[in-house]
Amino acid sequence: MKIWRIVGVVVGVVVLAGVLFTAYALITVTHGGNEQAQQPAAAGDPADLPAQMARGEYLARAADCAACHTTPGGRPFAGGVAFKLPFGTIYSSNITPDKETGIGDWSDDDFVRALHAGVDKEGRPLYPAFPYTSYTALSRDDIVAIKAYLFSLPAVHQAPPPNELSFPYNQRWALGLWSAVFLKKERFQPESGKSEAWNRGAYLATALGHCGECHTPRNVAFAMDESRAFAGSELQGWKAYNITSDKEHGIGDWSEQDLVDYFSKGHAAGRGTASGPMSEVVGYSLQYLTPSDLTALVTYLRDVKPQRGGEPVPPAPVAAQVAAAGGLGEQLFVGACAGCHLDSGQGRQTDYAMLVGLRSVRDPRATNLTQIIINGSSLHVGGQEVFMPSFGDAYSDAEIAALSNYVTSHFGGQQGTLSADDVARRR
Amino acid sequence: MFVLSINGNDTQVDVPDDMPLLWVLRDVLGLNGTKFGCGMAQCGACTVHLDGRAVRSCVLPVTGAVGKKITTIEGIGATDIGKRVQQAWLGIEVAQCGYCQTGQIMSATALLAEKAQPTDADIDAAMSGNLCRCGTYARIRAAIKQAATGQISLPQTVA
Amino acid sequence: MMLRVDPARDDLGLQNPSRRELLKQGGLVVAFMWLGGASRVWGFADGARLDANHPQFAPNAFIRVGSDGGVQLVMPCIEMGQGAYTGQATLLAEELDVGLDQITVEHAPPNRKLYANPLLGDQATGGSTTIRFCWTTLRDAGAAARAVLVAAAAQRWKVDPSQCSTSRGVVTHAATGRSLRYGELADAAAMLTPPAKVTLKDPSSFQLIGKPLRRVDTPGKVDGSLPFGIDIRVPGMKVATVRACPTFGGTLASVDDTRARAVPGVLKVVKLANAVAVIAEHFWAARKGLEALYVEWHRGPAGDYTTEQLFKDMADASEHGTPILGREAGHVDGAEGKLISATYRLPLLAHATMEPINATVHVRPDGCDIWVGTQVPARCVDVAMKVTGLPAERIQVHNQYMGGGFGRRLFEDSVEQAVAIARQVDYPVKVIWTREEDIAQDRYRPAYYDRISATIDEQGHLQAWTDRTTGASVMAVFAPQAMGKNGLDSDLVECAAELPYAVPNLRVDWVRHEMPKGFPVGWWRGVGPTHNVFVVESFIDELAHAVGKDPVAYRREILGADPRVKGVLELAVEKSGWDKASPGARQGRGIALAAPFGSYLCVVTDVEVSPQGEVRLRRAVAVVDCGMVVNPNTVEAQIQGGLVFGWSAALYSGITLKQGAVEQRNFNDYRVLRLNQTPPIEVYVVPSKEAPGGIGETGTVMAMPSLANAIFAATGVRLRTLPIDASALAQDKQSLQSPVASASAAGAVSPGILA
Ligand code: FES
Ligand code: FES
Repeated sequence: MKIWRIVGVVVGVVVLAGVLFTAYALITVTHGGNEQAQQPAAAGDPADLPAQMARGEYLARAADCAACHTTPGGRPFAGGVAFKLPFGTIYSSNITPDKETGIGDWSDDDFVRALHAGVDKEGRPLYPAFPYTSYTALSRDDIVAIKAYLFSLPAVHQAPPPNELSFPYNQRWALGLWSAVFLKKERFQPESGKSEAWNRGAYLATALGHCGECHTPRNVAFAMDESRAFAGSELQGWKAYNITSDKEHGIGDWSEQDLVDYFSKGHAAGRGTASGPMSEVVGYSLQYLTPSDLTALVTYLRDVKPQRGGEPVPPAPVAAQVAAAGGLGEQLFVGACAGCHLDSGQGRQTDYAMLVGLRSVRDPRATNLTQIIINGSSLHVGGQEVFMPSFGDAYSDAEIAALSNYVTSHFGGQQGTLSADDVARRR
Repeated sequence: MFVLSINGNDTQVDVPDDMPLLWVLRDVLGLNGTKFGCGMAQCGACTVHLDGRAVRSCVLPVTGAVGKKITTIEGIGATDIGKRVQQAWLGIEVAQCGYCQTGQIMSATALLAEKAQPTDADIDAAMSGNLCRCGTYARIRAAIKQAATGQISLPQTVA
Repeated sequence: MMLRVDPARDDLGLQNPSRRELLKQGGLVVAFMWLGGASRVWGFADGARLDANHPQFAPNAFIRVGSDGGVQLVMPCIEMGQGAYTGQATLLAEELDVGLDQITVEHAPPNRKLYANPLLGDQATGGSTTIRFCWTTLRDAGAAARAVLVAAAAQRWKVDPSQCSTSRGVVTHAATGRSLRYGELADAAAMLTPPAKVTLKDPSSFQLIGKPLRRVDTPGKVDGSLPFGIDIRVPGMKVATVRACPTFGGTLASVDDTRARAVPGVLKVVKLANAVAVIAEHFWAARKGLEALYVEWHRGPAGDYTTEQLFKDMADASEHGTPILGREAGHVDGAEGKLISATYRLPLLAHATMEPINATVHVRPDGCDIWVGTQVPARCVDVAMKVTGLPAERIQVHNQYMGGGFGRRLFEDSVEQAVAIARQVDYPVKVIWTREEDIAQDRYRPAYYDRISATIDEQGHLQAWTDRTTGASVMAVFAPQAMGKNGLDSDLVECAAELPYAVPNLRVDWVRHEMPKGFPVGWWRGVGPTHNVFVVESFIDELAHAVGKDPVAYRREILGADPRVKGVLELAVEKSGWDKASPGARQGRGIALAAPFGSYLCVVTDVEVSPQGEVRLRRAVAVVDCGMVVNPNTVEAQIQGGLVFGWSAALYSGITLKQGAVEQRNFNDYRVLRLNQTPPIEVYVVPSKEAPGGIGETGTVMAMPSLANAIFAATGVRLRTLPIDASALAQDKQSLQSPVASASAAGAVSPGILA
C-alpha cells in the first residue's frame, strides 16, 4: 500500500501548493506593483501637443479608451461595447464619472490600481479583455491625467448589459490566478541604448497603445506570448497582422510614409486601409498622435525584431495575373461593390476604396476580407466617415465565398479557396 | 469656400468639407436631376461624372470634387454620347417612374465613352451598380445597344 | 365620405355583375363594389364648369381647352411609373381626337367629388384599376367634349354637326373645306351644354388606343428636368430628416440635442410623440444632426417582438383561430381520394421605392401647402386637417411625380408626420426620410401562414380543395367600411377563392391574425394575388409531381372552362418551348397560371441553380390576355418590371423583426435584383376584344410561383417559405465545402437584347 501513500503525498502536495498559490494570488491580486516608480521620460504627453488639447485627453486617445468604452452612436465612454470571446460575451464598463453606473466614486488610487493590477474598485479581478497587461506599464501620472480627463466629461447614467459567460469562465476569482501567473506588474523601463524617440515609441506601442494585445500571438492560457511580440494573431474573426519588421511577413517593406499615412489617415496606398477593429484604433486613437509621436511610433516599430509568423504577404499581382474570373463572384462585385471600388479595383471616388495590392486581398484565406464583407467597416478620420456597408445579412455563404474568391483572385493575384462552409464558420 | 466646375461652369459653394457632392448639387445649387436613393453607393441614383468617370456623388465629399470636371445629367446632353444615350432612352421608352434613370443615363454614358461598342458583359459590369426598382433593366440594355450602334431596336415583343 | 358606385351602371361594363364576375376584377375592387348604394362615376357631370368665369372650355373635370388651342388633360389617377398618365391621356385623346403630342397633362387636385376612383371608394390609385375604370369614363369625357366642339363649329358654319369631322384638334366641314381649331372654338363651346349621351368610337377606328405610343412623361425623365416630390424647392424652404421610434407603438422618451445643435447648418430639433426630426439648411446637416442626437425611446408593448414569435402565433391561430369563410362550394369533407397538404409561409415585405419618402409642407396660420407624390391626395388633406385644425379649403395638396409607389404611397403616415414637423416652424420644410428610415418605417406587406390541401383521385384530378390563409388585414386599416359583412377582407382570398381549375368541392377561409398594435401594414404590389397565387400555383405543381405528371400536362387536365385561361397557357407553352428541348443539369423551368386583376397570365421562368444553391435566372416568357390593350408598350414594360419586382422579393426580400424593430436597413441588406441578374423577358399579348384588365401588378404576382416551380424542377427542392433560402438548394453538403470560384456554370444565358 506504499504506492497509495506516495500518491496521497503527491496529491496532498499538489493540493497544498494549489491552495497556497491561490491564497497568494488572491492576496496579491489587488497589488499594483511599485506605485512609487518615477515617471520615465518616455511617458507623458509630447512636446508638440496642441495647446487646446488637455494632456489627459491626449493620453486617453493614445490609450484608445474610447474604442472599447463607446458604442457606435452611443455616449462617449458609457461602455456597453460587446466583446464576443470564444467562451461568451462580455460588455465593457461605463467609465464616465457617474456614481452609480460609472466610476464616479473611484479615487485616483482605485483607478491607478485598476490599470496596474487589473482589479475593480472592490478589488475584484477584471477580465483581461481590459488590457491591463499592457496598461500596467503606464506611469501613475499618466493614469491620473487620463482619469482627470474622464472626470471632466459629463456623467452618463447607463449600466452595461450583464456579461454572458459560461462556467468556469464566469468565475472571477479564477482570474486572480491567471493574473498571478501572467501579469507582470512592472512600469515601463526605458532602454538605455536606444534613442529618445525609440523609447517614446516603445511606450506608445506597448503601454499606451497596447498594440500587442491584438498583434502578439497568445499562448494556450490566452496570455501574450512575448517571445513572439507583434508577430500577428487572430481575434474576433479578424487577423491582426504581423507588424514586426520582417519584410515578408511583417511591415518591414513599408516606407516610413506608408506607416505615417496608415496611422494618421487609416490608409496607405497599395498597402492597406484600416478596417474592422483597426479602423477604431485609427479613428479613436492613432489619427490624433502628434507628428513627434507618429515619428516615435514608426521608429520603434521599424526596429521591432523581425518574426516570421502568420502567412507571408504574397507579392502584389502583376497585371497579367489579374484574370477575369467571371461567374457569381464577378456578378456580385459589379453589382454591390464596383459602385465604390470600380470594376478595376482602383477605387471609384476615393483612395480608400482602392483594392489592388492590399494586404487583405492578397490573403488566400481572405480572413479580413470576409469579415469586412460580412460586417462592413467604418472609419472616422479627419472629420469624415469612410464606410463600407455590411453584406452579411442578405448575402448567402456561397455568395460571400464567391465574392471573396473573386476579389482575391482578381485584385490579389491569389487563388481564392473559400467555400460556403468556411464563410458559415466565420459569421 | 470651394470652387466646383459643374457642366463647364465654375461655381463657388460655401459648404462643410465632408458634405457629399450629391447634396451640394441638390440642396445648395438646385441641380435636382441627380437623385438620392440610398446614400451608401448601393443604388447609383446619384451618379455623376468626375473627369468623365461615373462616380456616386452620395459618398463623394465635396473636397474630392474640387479641381475636377463635374458633369451632371443637366449637362450630359451637351456631349455627343450623352445626347445619343438620351435619345435612345427616349426611343426605347426606358423610363417607368424615372427616378433611377438619370443615374442610369450617367452610367451608360460613361460606359460608352470608354467602350464605344460594349458587349453584354461590359454592360453588366458598368450598369449593375444602378438599381431600378421598376425593373427597366431589359430596356436599359436595349437602349445602350441602340446608342452604341445607332440602330433602332424596338422594345416590343408583343405578338 | 366615400364615393360609392352603382354596380348596375353599364358604362363600367359591369351590369348586374355576379359575385364571381366581380371577383375577377380583384378583391380590392370587389370590396368596394359590394358596398353598393347610390353614386356616380368620376365626377363626370360635376365637372361641367370648373370655374364659371373661366374663359376656357372645360366640359368636365378632365379636359380644358384654352383659347390658345392648348389642350390640358387632368389626370385622376396618378403617375408612379406605371404609365398611367399616358394611358389616361390616350383614352381622352382618342375620343377627343387630339394627338398625344398636342396635349399637356397635369395632376388632379385633391377632390373626391370630381376625381374619386369609384372602385377604390376614394381618390386613390392602386389595385391595377386605372385603365379598367378609366376605360369608359374617360372615353365618355373625351367624346362629350368633342361633341360640344363639333356642335360649336356646326353652329358657326350653320351646318349639320354630322357633316363635320375631327382630327388632331381640328373640326372640318369637308363639303365646304372649312376648318377650325379647337382653340378657336373653346369660347363658343363653353356656352354649350355637353350631351347627356355620347357614342363612342368603334374599336376598329381607334387611332391611338392599342398603339405603342410614346409616354407623355418620358422627356423630363431623361434629361432630369422632371421634378419628383423630393425635388420640390419653395422659397425659404429648409430641409429636415427624421427618425421614428424603431419599435412600433413606442414613443419618444428623451432627446439630448446638445451635439446636434452644434452641427453647422442645423436650425432646430423637433420632437413628436414618437419621432424626432432635425431641421437644417440642407439634408446633409440635418442627417448629421440626427446622427448626433442621443435619443431614448419607450419601446412600447411590442418592444421585444420577433418574427419567430409572429410565425409561431400565426401557426397557432391557423390551428385554433376562428376562420372567416371566403368561399365554399360543394362539400369538402366527403371527398374520396388521396389527401395531400402543405404549409406555406410568406414574409413581411417592404416597398423600398426608389424615391425615398418625402413631403414638403408649409403651415401658416391661414393655410397649409403640401407638395408630395401621393396615391391618395384627398387623404393627405384629411390628415393635414387633423394636425393643423385648418378647414379643408385652406389646405392645398400639390401632387408630384412619384419615384415608384408599389402601394407605399397609398398611405399618408409620412405626410401627417411632415405636417406635424412643419407646424412647429413658420417656414416651409422638406422632410426627407433616409433610406434606413424608409425601410424601418414602411407600411409592410403582412406575413402569411397558409395551410392548403387537396384530395385527388388516381389521375390527380381535384376532388376537394381547402385553403386556409392566416394573416393581417390591410383593408381593415385602409378602408374598414369595405370589410365584408362576415368580417371578410376579400383581398385575403383573392385568386384563392376562384381558381382557374375545375374543383367541385372547395372551402377557402381566412383566420385573421393582426400584428401587434401599432405595427403598420400596407398594400404591396400585387396585393392579395401576390400571396395567394404563389401558394396555389406552387401547390398545383406539388400535386402534379405527386401524380408524376408534367406540370403543364397536369394543368391542361384540370383546367376549368374559361377559354382565356387555356389561351394564355397554350401560347406560353408554345413560346417557351416547354414541350421541346429539356433543360440541362440543375436547370429548370417553372410555370404559373392565374387570372388576377381581370387579366389572364401564364409565365414560364427558366433558372439554373449552382451546386452551392445560387439561383440564376435564365429566361422568362410571359403571356398575357388583358383584354383590349390601350398601350402595348406599357403592357410590356409593366409585365417586365412586375416580374423583376416579384423575383427580387422571392429571392431576397423579407423584413425580420428583432426586439420589436426591423433588422433591415438599406439596399445592402434589403436586396434588389440588379441588371446582371435579370434575364431576357419576352412578353406576348393575346389579342382580345374584351374590356381591359389590370396590368401593373400582374407580373409581380406571377414571378414568385413560376420561380419557385422552376427551382423545384432544377433541384427537387420545394420552397414553401419565402424568401428563398439558397443554402437549402445546395446540391449536397460536399458542394458547400468546395471553393466557390465561379458558381455560374458555363453556358448560362447572358441576358441579351430583346428579340
Ligand atoms: S444615392 Fe448614391 S448610390 Fe444610392
Ligand atoms: S424607372 Fe423607377 S426606379 Fe427605375
